[in-house]
Amino acid sequence: MASRILKNTLSSSALLLGGFIGVLALPSHADPQQDQQKFQRHYQQLFPKLKLPDYADGVYAIDPIARQSWLAIEEFPPYDEAIEQGEALFNTPFKNGHRYADCLPDKGIAIAHEYPRWDRDKGEVITLARAINDCRAENREAPLPYEKGDMAQLLAFMAFTSRGKPISITIPADDPRALAAYQQGKDFYYQRRGQLNFACATCHVQNAGKQLRSEILSPSLGHTSHWPVYRLKWGEMGTLHRRFRECLEQIKARPIPAQSPEFRNLEYFLSFMGNGIPTNGPSTRK
Amino acid sequence: MKFGFIAFILLLPGSGMADIPKQRLDEGRQIAFDRNKGNCLACHVIADGESPGNIGPALAAIPGRFKDKQQLHEQIWDATRFNPETSMPPFGRNRILDAEEIDKVVDYLWSLE
Repeated sequence: MASRILKNTLSSSALLLGGFIGVLALPSHADPQQDQQKFQRHYQQLFPKLKLPDYADGVYAIDPIARQSWLAIEEFPPYDEAIEQGEALFNTPFKNGHRYADCLPDKGIAIAHEYPRWDRDKGEVITLARAINDCRAENREAPLPYEKGDMAQLLAFMAFTSRGKPISITIPADDPRALAAYQQGKDFYYQRRGQLNFACATCHVQNAGKQLRSEILSPSLGHTSHWPVYRLKWGEMGTLHRRFRECLEQIKARPIPAQSPEFRNLEYFLSFMGNGIPTNGPSTRK
Repeated sequence: MKFGFIAFILLLPGSGMADIPKQRLDEGRQIAFDRNKGNCLACHVIADGESPGNIGPALAAIPGRFKDKQQLHEQIWDATRFNPETSMPPFGRNRILDAEEIDKVVDYLWSLE
């Protein structure tokens, strides 16, 4: 009994001390660069054979059996049609005669790997999907639904023009609001939620590579590199935020709509973690 | 038939409090395996359960790992009380299972080799 009390006292002082050191070690503001190094190092330790570019393949980088069937599917990719349809949509003028190319940077070609971006004027994170709808709004066109259909096709074409280019996300140091948005994305990532009480990190950091039933849990590093995706489970194309929402459903958490500030900030954080990974969207997933 | 079986158990000489009717153990197993209930196989190897995960430890030789059934009940009710970093959902606290269901799962797990 006495020894148990002693052990409890010891462990709570260790906890206090740990908390104290934690507070001391915390910089006065979030340090995305340091977060990124820590994040990438964690996976290097888990999967020492993988190089950074390998993470673009998601779970197929660490599951050799599933990789075989994935490679077979990729020989005649089910997303090919979406790229073609996306290109046609991209080049079709709006009713006012303008095109997407007129309102996107670099005419919208090979820019996908630079999204999401911090928008200084709007004061928020702008994902590529949001940039597409902002462009439509500027041209008095109705917004496209964010999870599938035309939006997924446009994104498929635009992602295709960025293939092989490394994810290049910047967090401008001279705008504290950008850092705050990053921090909110990071907090969301590590916050436990839902009836199952999981954070994104519970499955994809803590248990990456382990098996949930017969499914191997994918690493979060590279989670944003290959969208949009033809998901066999959906039987169609879908966007990253559609998958985010599905994840929330799976952990029985409150649903959050695609392109909500929460999801855009989450994408900002996750994409920054994956800086340097070559993009390979669109892609196929189970 | 069922009645006869229960009567048989009750009449077994030397069967003390520790003997749990097979029906209750089956119910515990059912709850543990059901994807919409315990779904324990998502993370744990359990006896003959098919395609188990490997996030948590195999659920075997349980009586040697817990002080008593109450302690196992508390672990399933809310494992975060004992380890804040645990991946295990708080089945009782978050109302995934009720106390009676957890007790049945406890009886089932306790009975495993």
